[in-house]
Amino acid sequence: MQALMHQVLSGLANGGIYASVALALVMIYQATHHVNFAQGEMAMFSTYVCWMLLQAGLPYWIAFILTLGFAFIAGVAIERIIVRPVEQAPVLTVVVVFIGLLIIINSLAGWLFSYTIKAFPSPFPSNAWYGSPFMSPHEVGMIFVTMVVLALVFAFFRFTPLGLAMRAAAQNPVSSRLVGIRVGWMLAMGWGLAGLIGSVAGMMAAPIVYLDPNMMGGILLYGFAAALVGGIDNPWGAVLGGFIVGVLENVAGAYVVGTELKLTVALVIIIGVLLVKPSGLFGRVLVTRV
Amino acid sequence: MTTIETSRPAAARQYAGLSLRSWRMVGIAALLAAACVLPFSLSSYHLFQATQVLVYAMVLLGLNVLTGFNGQISLGHGAFYAIGAYTAAILLDKTGVPYWATIPVAGLVCLVAGFLFGRPALRLEGHYLALATFALAVATPQILKYKHLEPWTGGVQGIIISKPDAPAGLPLDGDQWLYFFCLIWTVPLFVVGWNLLRGRTGRAMVAIRDHPMAAATMGIDTALYKSLTFGVSAMYTGIAGALGALVAQFVSPDSFGFFLSISFLVGIVVGGIASISGAVFGAIFIEFVPNIADQISKAAPWAIYGIFLIAFMYLMPMGVAGVVRFAAARFARLASERRAG
Repeated sequence: MQALMHQVLSGLANGGIYASVALALVMIYQATHHVNFAQGEMAMFSTYVCWMLLQAGLPYWIAFILTLGFAFIAGVAIERIIVRPVEQAPVLTVVVVFIGLLIIINSLAGWLFSYTIKAFPSPFPSNAWYGSPFMSPHEVGMIFVTMVVLALVFAFFRFTPLGLAMRAAAQNPVSSRLVGIRVGWMLAMGWGLAGLIGSVAGMMAAPIVYLDPNMMGGILLYGFAAALVGGIDNPWGAVLGGFIVGVLENVAGAYVVGTELKLTVALVIIIGVLLVKPSGLFGRVLVTRV
Repeated sequence: MTTIETSRPAAARQYAGLSLRSWRMVGIAALLAAACVLPFSLSSYHLFQATQVLVYAMVLLGLNVLTGFNGQISLGHGAFYAIGAYTAAILLDKTGVPYWATIPVAGLVCLVAGFLFGRPALRLEGHYLALATFALAVATPQILKYKHLEPWTGGVQGIIISKPDAPAGLPLDGDQWLYFFCLIWTVPLFVVGWNLLRGRTGRAMVAIRDHPMAAATMGIDTALYKSLTFGVSAMYTGIAGALGALVAQFVSPDSFGFFLSISFLVGIVVGGIASISGAVFGAIFIEFVPNIADQISKAAPWAIYGIFLIAFMYLMPMGVAGVVRFAAARFARLASERRAG
C-alpha cells in the first residue's frame, strides 16, 4: 500500500511537468490549431540557458526568472519569424516546419552545450521540512511551482485586459481585428507564454531526468498524451490530463509493464484516446457541417 | 503545395526528333544502364552506399504514396522499416529460410501491419495522425528492446546476419550481388508504384487527399482506399527494411529510432512530395548528406536536416523533382521558341 502511495504521489509530481507541457501545447493549439512538435525542444533549450546563468554564478531564482524572460522572447521570435509564413499552409507543411524546428533546436543545443549529460540543481534542499517518505522535497516543490505558474497563467487570462484580448484573438480573429485587437501579436504572445510555461516544465524536470539535448523526448510524448486525455482545446482539461497521465505512467511502470516500456504506455494512451474519445475527457466535440 | 499532373499537349511536340515522353524513356533507360554498370566501377564502401540508396528509394516511394499522394502524414515509417528488417533477421536467425525468401515475407507482414495500423488511423486526420505516428517513431526502439521479445529480437544486442553469397555461376562478389539483388527489387517496385499512381487507384488516392468529401461522393470507398494505401506504403517500407537488414548485416533497436523516421520525412520533402522520381533524389540526399555532415560535427546532420526541411518548405515546396521538372519545361520551351524563331 505504501509503495502504491509512493508511486501515485511521485506520479503526481511528474504529472505537474506533463501538465505544464500539455498546457503549453493547448495554448498554441487553441490559437492556431497547430500541434507544436518543437515544444519539448524549446523547453530543453531554455533549461540550458538557465544552466548557463547558474554557471555564471547567479542565484537560482534570479536565473529562473531570467530564463522565463528568455523563453517568452524566444517563443515570440519563433512565431514571428518561422511559424507566421506558414500559418495558413496545409497541415503537412506545418508539421514539416515544426519537425524541422525540433531538430534545429536539438542540434543547436548539442552543438552549443555538447551532448554530455549534465546534472541540474534543484532549488529545494534535499533535507527540507516538507520532504516525506512519500515525496522528496523536490517533488513537493515541483508540484508547488507548477501550481503557482498555472495559477498565474489562469489569472492572467481571466483578469487582465491583455489576457482577454488574447482569448478573443484565439476564439474569433476576424471580430477581434474589427474591435482593434492586433491578432498577429496576440498569437505571438501566445507562443511566448507557451514557451514560458514549457521552460518551467524543463527546469523542474531537469534535476530528475538530467540535462541533455534529448531530455524532453519522453516528456513531450507524455505532454501530448496529457493534452489529448484532457481534450486538446481545454486548458483545465490539459492540466488535469497531465496529472492523470503522470499517475498512470508511474503505476503502469511499477506494476504492469516495467520501466523500459514507459514510452509505449504514452503511445498506447495517445492512440487509445484518439480512437475511443478523440475530443478527450473535457474537450468540445467538433461537428462538421456538410 | 501539390499540383495534379495533367497530360500535357506538349507531349506531341518533338525535340530533336523525339517526343518529350520518348526523351523521358531514354533518360530512364540511360539511368538503368548506369545503375547496372555502377557496381563494377565503385569501391566496396561506395557500393554499399549505392545499395543503401536503392533501399531508401523504396522507402521514400512507399512513404510518398501515403503522405504525398494520399495525404496521410506519417512521421513513424521507421517503425515499419524496423518490422521489415526484424522479420527478415528473425527468419534468417531462427529458421533455415534462404535469404531471398525473407523479403516477400517481410513485405507481407508489413502489408498486414500497415493495414491494421491504417484502420484505426482512418479516424485520425492531419495533426492527429502526425501525432500518433510521431509517438510510434519515438516508442519503436523501446518496443524492440522489450525483454519478453528478447528470445526473438536479441534485445539490445540485436541480430547479426551473414552476407548472402552470389548465386554460383555469376561473376560477382558478395557486395555486387547484394546491389543487384536490391536493384531487382527496386525496379519492379517503382514500375508497380508508377502504374498504381497513374491509374484509377492513384487518382482515387489523390482525390481523397485533395477533397475527401467530394471523393466519397464520387463513389470512392475512402476508408478502404486509405487503409489499403497505408498497407501498401508499409509493404514498400517493409521490403526495403528487409533488404536494408541484409545490406547492413545487422539489426539493433537503436538503429530504428526517431532519427530514421525523420530521415524518411526529410527524404520526401527534399526529393519532392507526391513525386515518384523524387524518391530517388531524396534517397541520394539522406544517404550522403548525413555522412558528409558527420565529419563537421555530431550535431551537424540534424542541423542540416532541420534547415533543409524548413528551407524546402519555404522555397522549394515541390522538392528537387519539382525543380528538375520546372527546368525541363523551361528548356523545352526555349528549344521550341528557338525553332519557331
